[in-house]
Amino acid sequence: MVSAAVAFEAGAGSSLDLRGVSHRFALEGAPLDVLDAIDLRVGAGEFVALLGPSGCGKSTLLRLVAGLDPPSEGELFADGEPIAGPHPSRVVVLQDPTLYPWRTVSANVALGLEARGVLRAQRARVGETLRLVGLSEFANAWPHQLSGGMAQRVALARALVNDPKLLILDEPLGKLDSLTRLTMQGEIASLWRRAGFTALLVTHDIEEALLMATRIVVLSERPARIKADIRVEKPYPRHRGDPELVARRHEILGLLGFESAW
Amino acid sequence: MSLISALPARAATIALRPAVAAALDHRTRAAALAFVAAAAWLLVAFVILRWPDLGDWGRGPELAWASVALAAILIVSGALAATGSTRLGRLQRATPWLIALGLVFSAWEAGSAKLGWLAQPFFPPPHAILEVFTDDWPKLGESIVASVKLELLGFALGAAVGFLVGVLLGRSRLFGYWVHPVLRLIGPLPAIAWLPIAFFAFPSSWSASIFLIALTTGFPVAVLTWSGVASVNPAYYDIARTLGASRAFLVFKVAIPAALPQVFVGLFMGLGASFAVLVTAEMMGVKAGLGFYLQWAQGWAAYANMYAALIVMSLMCTSFVSILFRVRDRVLSYQKADLKW
Repeated sequence: MVSAAVAFEAGAGSSLDLRGVSHRFALEGAPLDVLDAIDLRVGAGEFVALLGPSGCGKSTLLRLVAGLDPPSEGELFADGEPIAGPHPSRVVVLQDPTLYPWRTVSANVALGLEARGVLRAQRARVGETLRLVGLSEFANAWPHQLSGGMAQRVALARALVNDPKLLILDEPLGKLDSLTRLTMQGEIASLWRRAGFTALLVTHDIEEALLMATRIVVLSERPARIKADIRVEKPYPRHRGDPELVARRHEILGLLGFESAW
Repeated sequence: MSLISALPARAATIALRPAVAAALDHRTRAAALAFVAAAAWLLVAFVILRWPDLGDWGRGPELAWASVALAAILIVSGALAATGSTRLGRLQRATPWLIALGLVFSAWEAGSAKLGWLAQPFFPPPHAILEVFTDDWPKLGESIVASVKLELLGFALGAAVGFLVGVLLGRSRLFGYWVHPVLRLIGPLPAIAWLPIAFFAFPSSWSASIFLIALTTGFPVAVLTWSGVASVNPAYYDIARTLGASRAFLVFKVAIPAALPQVFVGLFMGLGASFAVLVTAEMMGVKAGLGFYLQWAQGWAAYANMYAALIVMSLMCTSFVSILFRVRDRVLSYQKADLKW
């Protein structure tokens, strides 16, 4: 296990290096191949969106990067070190906020500090992080009292309190209403620009990927392979109607097999 | 005054009238109920004092005067209700029950002590039961203390062991391999079946009873704790692990708090089942406690003592249940906040 006193420098993102990563699930009878020889390098501070058809293995890839599961084959490195398990510098935000219902909002945000045994020394960070996501007034509320968007903001704060070098976002906005979603797309992008962590985002929403990411990796049907790796060099804040983004969107839809949908 | 200008004023009085009438109606109803309840308790006193007892039971006059006192309080509360005061409000809410109880006590007195319709000595009159409380309270009190001590020790031990076993079953494969079959085999067996073995295997019937109560409590607590720990959302663990949680953190700060609602279900089931074992154990072996008192009273055909012990026993059991409810509401208070954004 990681030593509790690891200090994370704000503003430093992790680089990632995935070499020949394959993964399969041992289902009854035939094993199910999910990832097929994925090679991917992500530079420090990049914002990479993973796009692909439903069930292609995007979330599995995130679990491997987070260190929650070991890959069947291949190797993963973060900052040159092999990923052998979860590490508090690589934090996950899931589609469901999965806040602990028995903890108040601030106690949920404090989770990472508490788990690493630094809560006493860094308690002030809880309030700071809640302020960052605009929920200072709700510090003492219970999770079930929050709306979906607020709960997801708390989940984001819980991740950010650890000062992650890599933020892993597994469809974090997938269940939110479209207006909350628009707001939070902008918020996450600006948090990323300010803090400088590396971000890995799985999404179904091409527009979301185009608005937020510096790079879009398109995956194939299961078992997932990398189909395209597209750089999006456009300053922030980006606009949905931007002709270049619209053209990119058309291109990606084509890659996913939806040429006629335009 | 023109018709049109008079209209709003009339509308106002019409609107006001039902509200005032309803309030007045409520007051007279509350007052009437209190007076009827007072009459019912005066009837109890009247039945006791008017006719002589068929047998030799004590504390008749005392019960009668207590009934008169209750009736007097009810009259005061009725008068207060008529003026719209909310003092003695709790008593006012209980008036329908007090009417029913007054009538039942009157009928009971008449049927047992005065007319002998209820077979004696099996159904003594209420004032005979009162006599047990006033004259035999040292023995009764001793029995209560013994029962509470036995129940608390057995329940606490069973709950603690059951909880520990449940958590270990939920978290450790090896522990589950060995303990799960044992639990399946032994758990559903009524603890009473162990009674003969327990009484000679343990140094005293008292420690045997503690074991039996603990066993009865422990089984449902273990099973429900286990199912609670096993059904924790796996994402809770994933989140904690990526945030740097140790194994101990996953158990104490994730698994156990997430399982607590289920644990309380197990505690309630165990508590309910443990009462049966408590009373049986006291009747069969332990020479103390309410179960023993009950049996002793039956042996002497002291039926009034039996009823008194039954009343105390039910009060004790219901108190235990209410205390557990209080504890649960406190521990799981997070489920209660209903204000939502």
